[in-house]
Amino acid sequence: MTAAPQPVSGMQTVLGMLSMPKGLRLGVGPTIAAIVLAIIVIASIAAPLYIPHDPLAIDALHRLKGSSEAYLLGTDAYGRDVFSRVMMGGRVSLFIGVGAAMVSVALGLFIGLVSGFFRAADALVMRIMDSLMAIPSILLAIALVALNGPSLWSVISAITIPEIPRVVRLVRSVVLSVREEPYVEAAIALGSSMPKILWQHLMPNTLAPLIVQGTYICASAILVEAILSFLGAGVSTEIPTWGNIMAEGRLYFQIKPMLIFWPGLMLSLCILSINLLGDTARDLLDPRLKKREA
Amino acid sequence: MIGYIFRRILAVVPVMLIVAVFVFLLLRLTPGDPAAILAGDAATPAQLERIRTSLGLNEPIYVQFTTWVDQLMHGNLGISLISNTPVAQMIGQRIWPTINIAILTIILSVAIAVPMGVVAAWRHRTWVDYAVMSFSVLGFSVPVFVIGYVLIKFFSIDLRWLPVQGYTPPSQDFGKFLSRAILPCLTLATIYVALIARMTRASLLEVLGEDYIRTARAKGVKERVVLFRHALSNAAVPILTIIGTGFALLIGGVVVTESVFNIPGVGRLTVDAILARDYPVIQGIILLMSGTYVFINLLIDLSYSFFDPRIRY
Repeated sequence: MTAAPQPVSGMQTVLGMLSMPKGLRLGVGPTIAAIVLAIIVIASIAAPLYIPHDPLAIDALHRLKGSSEAYLLGTDAYGRDVFSRVMMGGRVSLFIGVGAAMVSVALGLFIGLVSGFFRAADALVMRIMDSLMAIPSILLAIALVALNGPSLWSVISAITIPEIPRVVRLVRSVVLSVREEPYVEAAIALGSSMPKILWQHLMPNTLAPLIVQGTYICASAILVEAILSFLGAGVSTEIPTWGNIMAEGRLYFQIKPMLIFWPGLMLSLCILSINLLGDTARDLLDPRLKKREA
Repeated sequence: MIGYIFRRILAVVPVMLIVAVFVFLLLRLTPGDPAAILAGDAATPAQLERIRTSLGLNEPIYVQFTTWVDQLMHGNLGISLISNTPVAQMIGQRIWPTINIAILTIILSVAIAVPMGVVAAWRHRTWVDYAVMSFSVLGFSVPVFVIGYVLIKFFSIDLRWLPVQGYTPPSQDFGKFLSRAILPCLTLATIYVALIARMTRASLLEVLGEDYIRTARAKGVKERVVLFRHALSNAAVPILTIIGTGFALLIGGVVVTESVFNIPGVGRLTVDAILARDYPVIQGIILLMSGTYVFINLLIDLSYSFFDPRIRY
């Protein structure tokens, strides 16, 4: 990865840009995004250390209360503390996002490398990937959760499988352009083993676009988790996630919209930051892309 | 041209066939007994047996597949496990609200997004451009249902301008249809507008740098004509493509939006089917929606040469 420290201008289009004193210049947008994301991630990971209430403790006497000293963001329909639930929910939502991104990048990388390098596999694999992409991802995810039950891993795999074809296409396109390079032909001529060529010579070229793609998948996975939970096809309701909290809040939306607002805000801030950082990473890692997609 | 159309239509067949195989295998390859999963924990052996017979799970897998494909070819999407009515009939009863909402959303999105993208490209690097781009990033980051609830809260509960939920068919009362459909359509349109505006801006920026644009401006053509006639028509192909691929987002959004706004369409049917684990219904909807997606993208592909006469096959 040759992330040359050159001026980043992709974010200019979003929030304008200030130049940092020296060295690597990062726009205001990405800087704020990085800080917000860091706060959300740290606050979520450290949640068990500071949350005032058990996020699962039901308290019939304090149902749907407004904010108070004891309950910072009020309580939900079961008298559970919304603040504790939102902070604990962040852990699970972020875990799903990162998990889905890592699994889909890993599987997509493997399939893409093989498919890009071996002509025989390519046609069939790509037809299958095209067909997978023709199934709207939310519907595919719904079917997978309906069949595999509402466990955490089932939700992660349901989000992962529709993302894989996009990663495969990306990796394959890189491999197709690199495999004709003289150094790859030299490696083949020298008799390097196939796994070695794939891993040492071809794979590094895919890293930069994969990091960018991975951040986008992470953001979209967090969003899809929320949608799946909202539709009743998410992680079981005993585990608080941002999606679950909102799904339960919808019944009381007219009385207490804040039940949807707080987790929605956290989720949107989180996704917004990840997307902005993804754009920045794209501009840094591949200046050519910036010109076209801006 | 005719040859191309023919080949392009033919290319749809393997895609849909693999989609069908995939949907078929989804249930059969699930670890464990599919009937037990669908019936839930409290199922009696009789219920399990009924599900197995209904889905043909007792037959060898190749027999299951051939009967299934044969049924599909005859427009038979299977029988609901819960209501025992044909899935095709259930979808048929629910399809119109979804189609109406979808069409209105697409019209609305294109009408908002294309001018937005054009103005953003025209006023590149001004506050207008930043505003459009900020909106577009934001549109990708807020879940559809949160947008829906915010709109309901603001327009229906606080301002009381529009009804909260519900649906009226346009054939019954068009005004009422509009007043009830406008919020769901806006909700659905958000992400679609974000997508199309972004693409319009990007492809227009590329075109605006061309020589013929400078020539047109130099000979005194009105700016509006330059933007919409000269530039936009040359930027049309990527915009059309994104409208097609973005259609998948729209389908996902429809499912959510219909539950938020209580619209009795296919999206609500999907949610009901999930809650009841009515797999044949979910399966039928997936096939139908994938087919629609493929068909729309086929139409868009074929329309390229109409929008850009330079494209010849």
